[in-house]
Amino acid sequence: MDTKLTASAASRRKTRLFMIGAFLVAAVAFVVISAGGINKNLVYYWTPTDLHAAGDKAYGATIRLGGMVAANSVKGRTGASGLEFDVKDATGIVHVKSTGVPPQMFRENIGVVVEGTMTRSGYFQCNRLMVSHSNEYRAPKSGHPMNKDELQKLMRTTEGLKD
Amino acid sequence: MIPTLGRFIILASVLVATTGAFIAYAAGAKRSPEGLRWSQRFAYLFAALMVAATAVMEYALITHDFSVQYVAHVGSIEVPMWVTIVSLWSSLEGSILFWGFILGIYIAVTTWINRNDHQEYMPFAIGTWLAVGAFFSFLIAGPANPFLTVASPPLDGPGPNPLLQNHLLMIIHPPMLYLGYVGMTIPFGFAVAALLRGRLGQSFLRPLRASLLLPWVFLTIAIMLGGWWAYEVLGWGGYWAWDPVENASLLPWLTATAALHSAIVLERRGVLKGWTVTLIQASFLLTILGTFMTRSGVFNSVHSFTQSAIGPTILIFLAAVLLFSVALLAFRIDSLEADGQLDSAVSREGMFLVNNLFFVVLTFTVLIGTCFPLIVEAVKGKQMSVGRPYFDTMVVPIGTALLFLLGVGPALPWGKASKKEAQRALLPPLITGAIVLIIGYALGVRNGWTLLTLMFGGYAAHVTLAQMWLPFRQRLKKGDSFGSALVDTQLRRGRRRFGGYIVHAGAVIVFVSIAVSSTMRSQQEVTLNRGQSTTFAGYTVTFMGTEERTEPHRQSTIARFNITKGGKAVTTMEPRMNQYAAMREPIGTPAVYSTLAGDYYVSIMNLQGDQAGVLIINMPMVGWIWFSVLMMGAGGLIALIPARRRTYVVVPESDVHIDTEVVA
Repeated sequence: MDTKLTASAASRRKTRLFMIGAFLVAAVAFVVISAGGINKNLVYYWTPTDLHAAGDKAYGATIRLGGMVAANSVKGRTGASGLEFDVKDATGIVHVKSTGVPPQMFRENIGVVVEGTMTRSGYFQCNRLMVSHSNEYRAPKSGHPMNKDELQKLMRTTEGLKD
Repeated sequence: MIPTLGRFIILASVLVATTGAFIAYAAGAKRSPEGLRWSQRFAYLFAALMVAATAVMEYALITHDFSVQYVAHVGSIEVPMWVTIVSLWSSLEGSILFWGFILGIYIAVTTWINRNDHQEYMPFAIGTWLAVGAFFSFLIAGPANPFLTVASPPLDGPGPNPLLQNHLLMIIHPPMLYLGYVGMTIPFGFAVAALLRGRLGQSFLRPLRASLLLPWVFLTIAIMLGGWWAYEVLGWGGYWAWDPVENASLLPWLTATAALHSAIVLERRGVLKGWTVTLIQASFLLTILGTFMTRSGVFNSVHSFTQSAIGPTILIFLAAVLLFSVALLAFRIDSLEADGQLDSAVSREGMFLVNNLFFVVLTFTVLIGTCFPLIVEAVKGKQMSVGRPYFDTMVVPIGTALLFLLGVGPALPWGKASKKEAQRALLPPLITGAIVLIIGYALGVRNGWTLLTLMFGGYAAHVTLAQMWLPFRQRLKKGDSFGSALVDTQLRRGRRRFGGYIVHAGAVIVFVSIAVSSTMRSQQEVTLNRGQSTTFAGYTVTFMGTEERTEPHRQSTIARFNITKGGKAVTTMEPRMNQYAAMREPIGTPAVYSTLAGDYYVSIMNLQGDQAGVLIINMPMVGWIWFSVLMMGAGGLIALIPARRRTYVVVPESDVHIDTEVVA
C-alpha cells in the first residue's frame, strides 16, 4: 500500500515535471514567434530630424513622421487627391507625396502626422495623413517649427484615418 | 453646498469600505456568523453611499451647478438634456464615480442574493469586494475627485467631448463597458474566497459561474458597441484597429471566456480548480490594467478621451492586486484538490483544454503587442507602436484554430471517445463545411484564411445546431409530445446548454462575418464636384451639393449623395461634417447604407465649396457582426437565468446532459 502510494506520487511528479517542461518550451517558442512578429511590424514615431539621422535604416521601415506642413510647400489642388508638401521640424525637412484625399483640416503651418515609408528617390510616400485632433480648444499654432517635446505630444494626440 | 455634501459622502464611503473589508476578513477567519451579518450591512451601506454620491453629482449636472469642478469641466447650458445626464461618464472623474456606483450595486445585489448561502466563502468575498471598493472610493476622494469646489464658478461650461455627443451609441457603450469591467470584481472576490478557504465545492460553482457570465455578457456587447461606434462615427471605415484601448477591452474578455469554459470542465470532472481560479484572477487584473491603459493617457488612442494623473495610483493598485493574487495562488492553490481526473485527450474535456490554451496564447499575443511600445518607451525613451500586421498575422491563425475547436469540441462526447464514436461525430459536419466553402468560392472568396474560416464555420454551425436540438430529438424519440419536449429541453432544464449553443452559433457568424468583411472589402477615395458621379462596387454615387444646418450645440454641413444602381434610384446618403463650438476641428460623420449583403459607406473627408473629397467603402457582411454579437449576449443571458433549485442528479458518462444546471 505504502509503496504503491509513493510510486504513484513519483509518477505524478514525473508527469508534472513533463508538463512544466512542455509548457516552458511552448512559452519560449511563443515568445520567439511573437517577438519576431513585433520586430517586423514596428511603426517608428520619428521627426524629420530623426529620419535623416537614421540614414539607411529609414528605408523600408514603416514610419510615422510628425512635423509641421512647411509654408508655401503644398502642391496640388487643396482638397484633392495627389498631394505634395514638405514636413519640417526645427532642423529637418522631408518631402512628402500623398495619394489619398487629405482631411478637412489639412493646410499649411499645421501639425501633421504622415504614415508611410521613405523611398530611395528622396521623398516620403504617405499612406495615411493625419491632422492633430486635440480635444482641447487651442488657437491654431502660428508658423514656428515645433521642438521635439511638442512633436511627441502631437503624435500622441493625433488621430485620424486608419487603414 | 453640493461639493461639500459630495465630498462628505465619498469620505464616508472610504471609511465604510475599509472598515467593512476588515470586519469581513476577520469574520471569515473566525467563521463568525455575527461578523458575516455585519459585513453584509457594511456592503449595503457602501452601495447606498455610492448611489447617493452619484445622485448628488447627477443633481449638480442637471441643475448646472458650476461651482462643482466636474460640472464646470463637462457641463454646458447649451447641450441637450440627454447629453447632460450622460456627462457623468464623459470625463475621467465622473466615470470613476460611475464606476463606484456600479461596483456598489454589484456588491449589494450579490451579497443580497447569497445572504443565506455559501456562508463559509461569503465573508472573504465581501471583504475582497469592499477592499476594491475602498480603493475606488479613495480614487474618487483623492486623485480623481469630481466634487472639488470652483472658487469663482463660470456662467457656462464647455460641454462634454464633442465626439461623445456625436452618436447615441455613446450613451450605451460606456455603461456596458463598465458593467463588464466592474463586474469582474465579483468573481474575483469569489475566487479569492475559494483560495482562502481552500475549498471549491460543486455548490459554490454556481455563484462563481453566474457572477462571471453576467459581466461577460456586458463586456461582449460593450466590445461590439465600441467597434460599431468607431465604424459609425470616426469615418475611417473600420470597426477594429488593434488600438490599445480596444485591446484593453478584449483582454479580460478572452480570459473570462477561457474561465467560463474551464469552469464547465471543473463542474463535470472536478479538475482545473486552480486553473479556473487563476483565469478569473487574470480577468480582474486585466480589467485594472485596461483601466490603467485607458485612463492614464500613456497610450495614444482614438478612444482615450480622459487622461489624468491617476495613472500611478492605478498602477500601484494593479501591482498590489497582482502580488496578492500570485501570493495567494502560490500558497493556496494546492489546497484546491481535484475531485476527479481527465481520462482522454480525444474527448470534449480534452478540447476544452486546448481551447483554454489557445485563449491564453491569444491573450498573451494581444497583451505583448499592446504593452511592447510602452515598455520600449519606458526603457529607451523611443516612441513607436506595433503595427496592425503583427496582430493580424498572429491573431488570424489562432482565431481560426478556435473556430475549428468550436466545431470539433462539442461534437466529441465527454469522457473517452472510441474511434468509431469519434468518426461518427466528426465526419458528417464535413459535408456542411464543404458546402459553405463551395458557396463562398462561387461568390468570389479567394483569400485562403477566409475560405478556411468558411469551411470551419460551416462545420461548427452543423455541430452547434445538431447539439442544440439533440436532447429535444431524443425526448421526441422517447415519445414525449412536441411541446413539452421543446419547453423542457430548451427552455427549462436544458436552458444553460441551449444558451451556450446560442452563444456558439453567434460566435460562428461573428467569425465568418469578420473574415468576409475584412478580406472582401474594397474602397475608393475620390474628389467629386457638384453634379459629378463616380461608379464604385456596382453603385453610382452622385454629389448633389451641401446644406448647412445649425443646432444648439453644433453646426453641420450635410453633403447629399444620390445612390443609383443600374439607373434605378437606391437611396440618398448624407454624410456630414459637424463643427462643435468647443472644438476647432470639424468631425465627420459617415453615412452607411446597409443591406443584408453588406454596407455601402460614404465618408466626407474634405469639403471645399462645391468640391467634396469622399471615401467610399463597400464592406460585405459587416452588419452581421453587430447582430451576431447581440445573439451571443442573448445566449449568455438565457444561460444565466437561474434554474430552480433541485436535488443533485448526476448522469455522468452519457453524451447528453440536460441536467447540467442541477448541481445545487
